[in-house]
Amino acid sequence: MRIIIKNGRVIDPAHGIDKVQDVYVADGRIVALGKKPDGFSADLSIDARNRIVCPGLVDLSAHLREPGAEHKATIASETRAAAAAGITTLCCPPDTDPVTDTPAVVELIRRRAEQAGLAHVIPLGALTRALAGNELSEMAALQRAGCAGLSNARRPISNTLVLRRAMEYAATYGITVFLHAEDSALANGGCAHEGAVATRLGLPGIPESAETVALARDLVLIEQTGVRAHFCRLSSARAVRMIARARHDGLNVTADASAHHLYLTEMDIGHFNSQCHVLPPLRTLRDRDGLRQGLGDGTLAAVCSDHQPHESDAKLAPFTETEPGISALETLLPLTLRLADEKVLSLSDALAHLTCNPARILGLDAGTLETGQAADICIFDPECYWTLSADTLVSRGHNTPFLGWELKGRVTHTLLNGKVIYEFNNTSRLG
Amino acid sequence: MSNNIQIDNSGRLRHFLTIEGLNRALLTEILDTAESFAAVGEQTVKKVPLLRGKTIVNLFFEPSTRTRTTFELAAKRLSADVLNINVSTSSATKGETLLDTLRNLEAMHCDMFIVRHSESGAAHFIASHVAPHVSVINAGDGRHAHPTQAMLDMFTLRRHKPDFGRLCVAIVGDIMHSRVARAQIHALTTLGVAEVRVIAPKTLLPAQIESLGVHVYHDLRAGLRGVDVIMTLRLQHERMLGAMLPSEREYFHLYGLTEEKLAYAKPDVIVMHPGPINRGVEIDSRVADGGHSVILQQVTHGIALRMAIMTLAMRSGKEE
Repeated sequence: MRIIIKNGRVIDPAHGIDKVQDVYVADGRIVALGKKPDGFSADLSIDARNRIVCPGLVDLSAHLREPGAEHKATIASETRAAAAAGITTLCCPPDTDPVTDTPAVVELIRRRAEQAGLAHVIPLGALTRALAGNELSEMAALQRAGCAGLSNARRPISNTLVLRRAMEYAATYGITVFLHAEDSALANGGCAHEGAVATRLGLPGIPESAETVALARDLVLIEQTGVRAHFCRLSSARAVRMIARARHDGLNVTADASAHHLYLTEMDIGHFNSQCHVLPPLRTLRDRDGLRQGLGDGTLAAVCSDHQPHESDAKLAPFTETEPGISALETLLPLTLRLADEKVLSLSDALAHLTCNPARILGLDAGTLETGQAADICIFDPECYWTLSADTLVSRGHNTPFLGWELKGRVTHTLLNGKVIYEFNNTSRLG
Repeated sequence: MSNNIQIDNSGRLRHFLTIEGLNRALLTEILDTAESFAAVGEQTVKKVPLLRGKTIVNLFFEPSTRTRTTFELAAKRLSADVLNINVSTSSATKGETLLDTLRNLEAMHCDMFIVRHSESGAAHFIASHVAPHVSVINAGDGRHAHPTQAMLDMFTLRRHKPDFGRLCVAIVGDIMHSRVARAQIHALTTLGVAEVRVIAPKTLLPAQIESLGVHVYHDLRAGLRGVDVIMTLRLQHERMLGAMLPSEREYFHLYGLTEEKLAYAKPDVIVMHPGPINRGVEIDSRVADGGHSVILQQVTHGIALRMAIMTLAMRSGKEE
């Protein structure tokens, strides 16, 4: 299959490319940008006039719910949503059931993803066995099985010695550890940021220090063990400053934030809106601005979706009893593009946070439009306004506080390994 | 989910979930209505036929004696039929969801749910899912709100000290876990009380409590200086487990209301408590039973106040 993507504005942040030119794809790979290769004749021509052509997006954190919670979603259902969102690589955390702590589970996920054929699914392996925080997992075996890194998901390792050993062992094999900075004793089962809103609503609070205390501990151990580490989903301005300082001191650490933490604050909980029940919690406006600043100055290298699809019952209960998380794949691109509109980032940097930066964190050869690379490509109309509604969501999870938001930027085509796996067909709305 | 689900299109009370967001005129209307019901309890025939033919469900997901009893009495004095359902011992243990319990009760054509639940926001949740003709009254949800308790406190307060604009009120004790304190603060500030103080150690004060418009004190004597009203809160024993306080003895020593500490307040100070009382923990018996105490009046007023809330909520949207 030979494809030509014509007249699009090609943005490849990894190479500083931002230019209207054609993209040539053959045999699943990008074969040329701009100049037509000798003897190239396209089987398919995609008109990308007034559209942006960029590398397929790479999402650092997406819960696909399989294996273990197929009543919420499956790898097939969520990779279909990813395709509609221009996301071609998904990194899924190990808190599956059974936990992704053996090569067998990694293999299962890989096969299901292959069968669906709609995205590269890259699992993170469990850092400790059963995520229990007591014994190390078989890290080298998980690495060989295809895990891009190891993580204890959202279950903090409270035993500092175990964490140290896990980091040392991972460092031995050059494995990246993905950390969720949370001191569970301080979080104390809370469900909202400890501040004015939680006080008003009488919700058990999670103090900022639940994040920063754990982060401080982890940073010290990272320095001592020399492990390559990535902090997932930071939520506070102070945590961003701590990462900036650590990077300034030469530590090999990176960090990301979820798209919703860049838009929402504790105020959005309003009167117990369970769609805003997320962990880490939505914090103050100052925290949100601190995260945005961290994106702008490069302290935060990526924006992730932190996709957590739920069945509708999961959110139908009093706030504290609802399950945390947002179905977020389909808002990842438009929310991040909006950061460029709001001058938090340049358009190219915004796309870098969704493509080459997360790919680099995962150690993957992806997220660029380099010739010879697998043709994972996202084409979107940057001027298309659309409203997020439950009927148009592809993900099985309809749990999102952004329902009814007018978003800008609509994916029109997604290519995976040189194959068109998604095409937006409501052309009347595209203009 | 808007706060305004409490108010119908013509500005009247439809549900009673929290004091927050209700205006002064509406709170005053509640107090005035309660005043008109206060006499009913003193008659030989303690009934009025206002809610005859209505079915009111006391839906309690958390144990309670006083609140449930006063709601039941209030409903009966209004001639309504009352159903008491203690959910902690029925369907919840069989795995039925809150929404299913609700749907089942609705199918029995009930008109009003009086709800108590251990989770903050439960009453809002129920109110936003009931059929349009059903009213929901919050009888306490988690740490969030207990608006009928706060209003009966206001009722009692107004009978003793009607000039709210000149009052200084101190709320003493476990503000952190108290739905009563949150509701009292909203009621006092909405009704225009001059100064509201909260007095507690830092472990019992929630973050940024000042944002609700109160002054924070950690020293009981300093906080009581010149106050007109003291609202004591119950110290729940289970809070000790969280290492929030070293001991009841130390708490009583520092924050227990004794005659000696009472002397720092104005000479005509009144002492309130939502009950049940822990004598010798948050309040000394000589104060609880003394001349400044209006604690038992609060209980009596609870019935009239709850009659008022029920009548007002049932009236909503039904005269159009």
